[in-house]
Amino acid sequence: MMVHVEEQSLVVVDKGQIVDKATQMSKEGFRLVQISCLAKDSYEVTYSFDKNYACAHVRVVLPKDNPELPSITGAYFAAFTYENELQDLFGIKVSGLALDFKGKFYKLSVKTPFAPQPQQPAQ
Amino acid sequence: MATRTIVPFGPQHPVLPEPIHLDLVLEDEKVISAIPSIGFIHRGLEKLVEKKDFLEMTYVAERICGICSFIHGQSYCQAIEGVMKIDVPERALYLRTIWGEMSRIHSHLLWLGLFADGFGFESLFMHSWRVREKLLDLIEETTGGRVIFGTAKVGGVRRDMESLTLKRVEDELKIIEKMSHELTDVFKKDSSVKRRTVGKGVLSKEDAITLGAVGPTVRGSGIASDMRKLGYAAYGKISWEPVIETGCDCYARCMVRCRELYQSFDMIYQAMAKIPDGPVDVKVTGNPNGEYFARVEQPRGEVIYYVKGNNTKNLERFRVRTPTFANVPPLVKMLGGCELADVPVIVLTIDPCISCTER
Amino acid sequence: MSFFKKSPWVIHYDGSSCNGCDIEVLACLTPLYDIERFGIINTGNPKHADVFLITGTINEQNLEVVRNIYNQMPDPKVVAAIGICATSGGIFRECYNVKGGVDTAIPVDIYIPGCAVRPEAIIDGVVAALGVLEKKAAALKTMKASA
Repeated sequence: MMVHVEEQSLVVVDKGQIVDKATQMSKEGFRLVQISCLAKDSYEVTYSFDKNYACAHVRVVLPKDNPELPSITGAYFAAFTYENELQDLFGIKVSGLALDFKGKFYKLSVKTPFAPQPQQPAQ
Repeated sequence: MATRTIVPFGPQHPVLPEPIHLDLVLEDEKVISAIPSIGFIHRGLEKLVEKKDFLEMTYVAERICGICSFIHGQSYCQAIEGVMKIDVPERALYLRTIWGEMSRIHSHLLWLGLFADGFGFESLFMHSWRVREKLLDLIEETTGGRVIFGTAKVGGVRRDMESLTLKRVEDELKIIEKMSHELTDVFKKDSSVKRRTVGKGVLSKEDAITLGAVGPTVRGSGIASDMRKLGYAAYGKISWEPVIETGCDCYARCMVRCRELYQSFDMIYQAMAKIPDGPVDVKVTGNPNGEYFARVEQPRGEVIYYVKGNNTKNLERFRVRTPTFANVPPLVKMLGGCELADVPVIVLTIDPCISCTER
Repeated sequence: MSFFKKSPWVIHYDGSSCNGCDIEVLACLTPLYDIERFGIINTGNPKHADVFLITGTINEQNLEVVRNIYNQMPDPKVVAAIGICATSGGIFRECYNVKGGVDTAIPVDIYIPGCAVRPEAIIDGVVAALGVLEKKAAALKTMKASA
């Protein structure tokens, strides 16, 4: 009996290519599953797409200082929730958002809590 | 053009057991657009991985949501098992399936009640919850908890069910199944229910894909997308097909859930017939190293657990994308053009679970 | 407590609970537990309510909402913190966005622990809260009489 591990593909692309890649995925009928981010020495933003139960991840690596990302809301409107989350929790500036809450999507006691060096909580 | 008014909906609203806020832009009674704002329940629990080790996080994962609690715990365990390549005993996988489906029945019965309450059919609400209490008794008997099961564990499950208990649970479930028929018949046939749901909150097939809808919301728009088809736990070993409806409206989404109830009963019977003997857990040694995205179908739709470990006790990153988070953009789409009085019903059809969404 | 002179109405707000306690609060209203037999009705309007049932922790965003609901309730009123999160913060106490239990925002009269809290415990707690309510009502009366 084997452990259940799903086959998933992962490609790393350049920041400039992500919009084209998303548009291409959208044309091929992929569904946007999620966008997540890991912040350590750099920002790893992972976009996941799904078509017929096959999961494809596309990763963009951003530098630690002044991380910026173009929005993919042109291809997938639904990305606005994830991209506002990136702005609020990680402090990544997303340009061209279709629905920009300007840092008000979450109301937090700590500014950008998931960014590499979080500020001390106000206490 | 009529004058536009903005009506705030929530956070404290009679139909919502949980807070979500929508700014509804109205022209007379017609909703032109809806702007969601969330964050009332944001706790930041993804950050708790820095303070709790990866085994303790199972309890936190179970408390992301009190309704699909067991499946949250199971998904987290599957994510960790995926990273650590743990071989889970087969009996544990079957038990996870049984408890997972019990949790789905409990969630759908709960939703049917809330939905009935949403359009003012209070006796139907009470009746759904009366049926649900019988199921909660079984859950309590087998796990010890009513809503938070606490039985999921990395490497298996925490409790076993004896064959006598299995038999008794099966008999009881058959009674509950019969009671559910009386209930779902009303949702299916009652003219007052139909008047409030048919043709309301339409989400077309194309929109459902581009907006990334999941769970009963996407299946109500005619797309067979159900993560249980990936074959985790024992879902690959029993025969079933995703439930789909093609109405694309509130009625279709309600029918998906009604039919899924019986599908879940059937899955439990199949799992009980096939469950093998053996241990229910394995010892977990070492620390997770690597990353994995685990996808599991919850009552509300697909959930994604991302874990990344760096060979220490504490995970480097833990991320949950819950079904309601993915269903917020489709909800915004459904609300455009509806009447103000239909807003609560439409909001309820995505089965919003806000505490999941905001974590 | 054998009987109440009044029918106390309750209002429920979910602070940032996981839903477990919320659905148990709702379960109290439904046929098996049925607190309506005590004349207790769940209302959505704070101005109609005597008892404020609150589940979950207090965080930055709901602080004002909770205070707002509390201030809108007429005197005498009682507050019951339901579940371990509302009592002390529970498993989420260490999260960055969590301030703590309900008593960090408004005064709490009754604490009902449990994760998730059981309906029996909620009923017990609400009945205890009603005792407090009657005392507060009596105190209010003497205050008015002496004024």
